[in-house]
Amino acid sequence: MFYRENGQFKTNYKADQQIFPIAQDRWAIAALLLIGFVAVPLLADEYFFKAILIPFVILSMAALGVNILVGYCGQISLGSGAFMAVGAYMAYSTFVRVEGMPLIVALMAGGLSAMALGILFGIPSLRVKGLYLAVATLAAQFFCDWAFARIGWFTNNSSSGSVAVSGLSLLGWDINTPARKYLFCLGLTVLVALLAKNLVRGAIGREWMAIRDMDVAAAVIGIRPMYAKLSAFAVSSFIVGMAGVLWAFVHLGSWEPLAFSIDRSFQLLFIVIIGGLGSIMGSFFGAAFIVVLPIALNQVLPAIGSLVGLTVSTAMISHAEYMIFGALIVWFLIAEPHGLARLWSIGKQKLRLWPFPH
Amino acid sequence: MKLRKIALTAALAAASLAATLGASSALAQAKVQFFPSLTGRTGPVAPNATPFANGYADYMKLVNARGGINGVMTLVEECETAYATDRGVECYERLKGKHGGATVFQPLSTGITFALTEKVAGDKIPLITSGYGRSDSADGGVFKWNFPLIGHYWVAGDAVLQHIAKQEGGWDKLKGKKIAVVYHDSPFGKELLPIVQERAAMHGFTLQLLPVPAPGVEQKAVWLQVRQQRPDFVVMQTWGVMTPTAIREAIAVGYPREKMFGTWWSGAEPDLKDIGAPAKGYNAVMMQHGAEPQSAVVKEILSKVHDKGQGVGPKDEVGQVLYMRGVVGAMLAVEGARAAQERFNKGKPVTPEQARWGYENLNLTQAKLDALGFKGVLRPISTSCVDHMGSAWARVHTWDGAKFTWASDWLQADEQIIRPLVKSSAEKYAAEKKWTRRTPQDCQS
Repeated sequence: MFYRENGQFKTNYKADQQIFPIAQDRWAIAALLLIGFVAVPLLADEYFFKAILIPFVILSMAALGVNILVGYCGQISLGSGAFMAVGAYMAYSTFVRVEGMPLIVALMAGGLSAMALGILFGIPSLRVKGLYLAVATLAAQFFCDWAFARIGWFTNNSSSGSVAVSGLSLLGWDINTPARKYLFCLGLTVLVALLAKNLVRGAIGREWMAIRDMDVAAAVIGIRPMYAKLSAFAVSSFIVGMAGVLWAFVHLGSWEPLAFSIDRSFQLLFIVIIGGLGSIMGSFFGAAFIVVLPIALNQVLPAIGSLVGLTVSTAMISHAEYMIFGALIVWFLIAEPHGLARLWSIGKQKLRLWPFPH
Repeated sequence: MKLRKIALTAALAAASLAATLGASSALAQAKVQFFPSLTGRTGPVAPNATPFANGYADYMKLVNARGGINGVMTLVEECETAYATDRGVECYERLKGKHGGATVFQPLSTGITFALTEKVAGDKIPLITSGYGRSDSADGGVFKWNFPLIGHYWVAGDAVLQHIAKQEGGWDKLKGKKIAVVYHDSPFGKELLPIVQERAAMHGFTLQLLPVPAPGVEQKAVWLQVRQQRPDFVVMQTWGVMTPTAIREAIAVGYPREKMFGTWWSGAEPDLKDIGAPAKGYNAVMMQHGAEPQSAVVKEILSKVHDKGQGVGPKDEVGQVLYMRGVVGAMLAVEGARAAQERFNKGKPVTPEQARWGYENLNLTQAKLDALGFKGVLRPISTSCVDHMGSAWARVHTWDGAKFTWASDWLQADEQIIRPLVKSSAEKYAAEKKWTRRTPQDCQS
């Protein structure tokens, strides 16, 4: 009933190959973009922007990057936090050292530095796979932790190790209110999502997926493993680096090296696992889940507790968060390894037929 | 079956979205003085931050039992940060507008303080960072909204070094000696370094800086270095599980505990009671009060709060070092609000801006402190526009195997050395942020 595809005939290849071939999908995406860019800034309050929307948008971008590497190319990476840190600190270094540095240039500098480091730490992937590669990327994480705490150049020789930025603006448009910050991040994320979707639909994406599925067979049919793996690391790290710049500049404002610790890497990995490995849409679902769940638990658990007559302390909520996260990850890996995106895809497939049985 | 799974997931998503949206809507205005409590009940500092949060909540209940602040009752709402900066900032955003507006925030974390310092100037909510946070925020001419009441890390460092010098027989006896500093590798740990480096340059002792990466449970490498280098003294700037780990490693390498001196977050019962007798001789500098089980305020809390079953934590915690720190933090918050009330709006809740005036004009004489129950615990505190610290007294206590005993008389940090450091650091910060120093007219408001 919702997806009546009668009369939707494609008459050229361009129409056939578009990202959203079904007209209803195009309308839905247009509506979502309208809500995201117009309705939400008008309706949401400051807390909603700062605590939910901005982290959600930035983590979606980071998850897109991680998904390209882990989901599409199959290279397990536990160093995403380090790439975010590299992006953030290199952008900070360029931003603060040159008076009047444009924000976009600093953003690109952060992304490109993260890309360079990503390629460097992606070289082990040419020799090792799976768990061993995870350990090699973990080395990247710890190396970056050490570098940003010890090497004063990155923090502009700040005595405390904590750095801050202020006065962000884009071509004269000051990014100083939560609504503007949200719009800036959303614009960049939509661009990155479009870029990522087109990459994974094209030849390079198919190369990545071939490497993921069976890399020996891929090499046999003529896909160069080095090119495919390193390009996955490069694109992924660039996106994650940009997300790191946004996380530090726009969301945190003031940060220390611990903001990009191993916990951040795990968080990104959990986002792509829960959202759906190898799915662009899954990155958004996973990010929404991870951002909203702790806050929702904070509100919902005491309410549920009071229904059964228990007072739930703040410590208990914090412990419950960990327990529920762990349980959910285990459940997803067993029951639905393809995550929330797969659940949505199944739902959509049913909706395309509903109410008819076939 | 698949459809049911999808429906269930959708329902859960809708419920959680509704809950979050509902939470962010404005609550009915209540006529209470709202004091948010950012707690660290889980995470790496849980054993130490929990008594603080309990002391804070218990004292606020005591204030209500005494009749409130001129009739206005206090309300405490806790938010768990687990000592993580981003969670602390999220808690701040969530609580700052509730119950008529948060009066003051006490983040109990230097990392969160650094992040919130940027935000409170815009939101106009004061920040009390007693004994932590930015040491240069004692300069009220630059930091209008930060109040490191009764002490900051440079006071701690100076007091510890004064005590060591006194033990050795004078500052000149320290020349040529080696002092190791074991510190948490974060803004919190690094805050101690400027004062120890300044004193080292002045008196000719060398420093061995030994950072420990967070959360500080891996210290074998650091203490093997200590064993190798054999410094004359070790100063510890640690917090949470890092402290007992350090002491255990020191015992393992055989470093004498009498030569170890912690700052005021590194020497409390949770750190030492599990180790017990082997840690005998460990010293820590205290921000005026130590463990005060005999004080009048503790007796009052036990009778008016715990005996009525209203106590937040276990009864045997009442009077311990960190519990008292929570009590003192709550007292300072309440007295500032009371001073603001008396000036602006007696008998009604004060706004955060009015409370800020109160914290800037605190005048807690010994008589007032004794009346509140802090006789023998605290010395007079008096803040002003340029001095947001209010007092610079400290004492050193030592662990005797089962409890703490005072090892020193009252020490006062040398303001001649600290004040210029504070001023230059504050001016550097102001230059970076393009803030201007406050005008005298602004001080009168």
